[in-house]
Amino acid sequence: MLENVVKWSRVKSPWVCHFNSGSCNGCDIEIIAALMPRFDAERFGVVLKGTPRHADVLLCTGPVTGQMKDRLLKIYEQMPEPKFVIAFGECGCSGAVYTGCYNVEGGIDKVIPVDAYIPGCPPKPEAILDGVVKLLTAFKESE
Amino acid sequence: MSRVTIPIGPQHPALKEPERFMVTVEGETIVDADVRIGHIHRGMEKLFEQRTYMQNIHITERICGICSFTHSTNFCQATEYILGVEPPRRGLYLRTLMNEFERIHSHLLWLGVAGHEMGFDTLLMWSWDDRERILDLFEDITGNRVTHAYNTVGGVRRDITDAQAQRILHTMDILEERTKAYIQVGLNEQTILKRTQGVGILTTADAKRLCAVGPRLRASNVKYDVRKNDPYAAYGELPFEVITSDTLDVHGQLVVRALELLETVNMCRYMIKNLPTGDIRVKVPRKVPPGEAISRTEAPRGEDIHYLRSNGTDKPERLKVRAPTMANILNVAHTLKGANIADIPLIVAGIDPCMGCMDRVLILDRDKETSKVMTKDQLREYSIAWYEKEAYR
Ligand code: SF4
Repeated sequence: MLENVVKWSRVKSPWVCHFNSGSCNGCDIEIIAALMPRFDAERFGVVLKGTPRHADVLLCTGPVTGQMKDRLLKIYEQMPEPKFVIAFGECGCSGAVYTGCYNVEGGIDKVIPVDAYIPGCPPKPEAILDGVVKLLTAFKESE
Repeated sequence: MSRVTIPIGPQHPALKEPERFMVTVEGETIVDADVRIGHIHRGMEKLFEQRTYMQNIHITERICGICSFTHSTNFCQATEYILGVEPPRRGLYLRTLMNEFERIHSHLLWLGVAGHEMGFDTLLMWSWDDRERILDLFEDITGNRVTHAYNTVGGVRRDITDAQAQRILHTMDILEERTKAYIQVGLNEQTILKRTQGVGILTTADAKRLCAVGPRLRASNVKYDVRKNDPYAAYGELPFEVITSDTLDVHGQLVVRALELLETVNMCRYMIKNLPTGDIRVKVPRKVPPGEAISRTEAPRGEDIHYLRSNGTDKPERLKVRAPTMANILNVAHTLKGANIADIPLIVAGIDPCMGCMDRVLILDRDKETSKVMTKDQLREYSIAWYEKEAYR
């Protein structure tokens, strides 16, 4: 019973924590743009949260720099279970243009497990909405 | 009263990007502030040396997603200086037009973020909604909203049609009206006045001493703008004023940015009406002869400098980027002293920091006397021990 309530609330209102692991900002402004009146991801109950302890979803951008690697791990560990990670942007997915830089890991999934990838450099806000809807569907079907 | 040192960041609700401040406070007042940078250091300057000039245009765009066009303009300009080619006038005008579009989008973005930091989220929603209009133009003309791939060495990649010119003029009309509304809000709204007036004061002398740039410098009443003082692209032919403010505070920065928006709208109109005819680009060789060049542009955040050295191959030997936030972060540490804890986000947001731009520089240890390079694990152990010590003090 309680589990159903939790699941219902998670599907209706996923709280997202945004983490920049060394991106160029292009993706970060597109994330905020997706929350603004034109695209309005809040329609789906998406709320951007400042602290990982309150978040269901970690929205990660950037290729993970040497400095941010430990912090990314720490933030990931602070999130309550069950947690979902979205790698946002081409460089979060694979390193993309930063491939070959000496200080990057080359993708979020090199450091923490990733559930969904949203490619694009940067992805358009429409792609973010699409990703959110897909994730919510996955939520619904998850046990 | 005892002193407490609070670390803020790198991941913190009030900061949009990873950056770290160590602020020492007495009660509510900040007595000392220290900035740690380098969280987004990716090592791009090394990467530039492994890529060809053509590839580098796209990589320079990704130094920072907000001032992407300025960085690629700068890189293309530096390459053109070494090659000794001058893009056709129409190409220069289009390049300038895009630079000004970027200023509009960036200033509106700042306005929203500043509103957000002072708890005025309505302003955030408004200005970001208006910002979408300029992103639509970007998408219309260049094909992408944020990273445009529009610049190239020797000019620009795509021409604009008459229909697009009409759409630009139409959008400018709307933006002019909206900007005027924002200026009214900025000058009269109590929420804004109470939070920004007298906050984050940087005197003219300090601004010069600490090498501030961009709107921060102009809000400290220094009339300096690369577009005017060292015109590049088509800026030499455009009529515009350099806006300054003598209030020296965050409110001054807001006024400077808002009035600059109006100037920019007028410049865009002028450019569309006086757009020269002809080619938009010249063909350039793939290999660049040995030489060096410095190129400067006025990014939305201030003066942006690229230094390029070539060695006769199709790859640069060295590209050094000095982004505006690098110059401005010094004065943030200075202005934070004496301020209130609650004003930190606003003062930091005041310079419109862009860590993606700045963090290609890695400063490991600023203490000259014990300067040594530590491995990351050492550094981590050191920081844990230091924090424990700090916690018990
Ligand atoms: S995917 Fe592209 S736009 Fe997004 S952070 Fe990476 S380089 Fe920047």
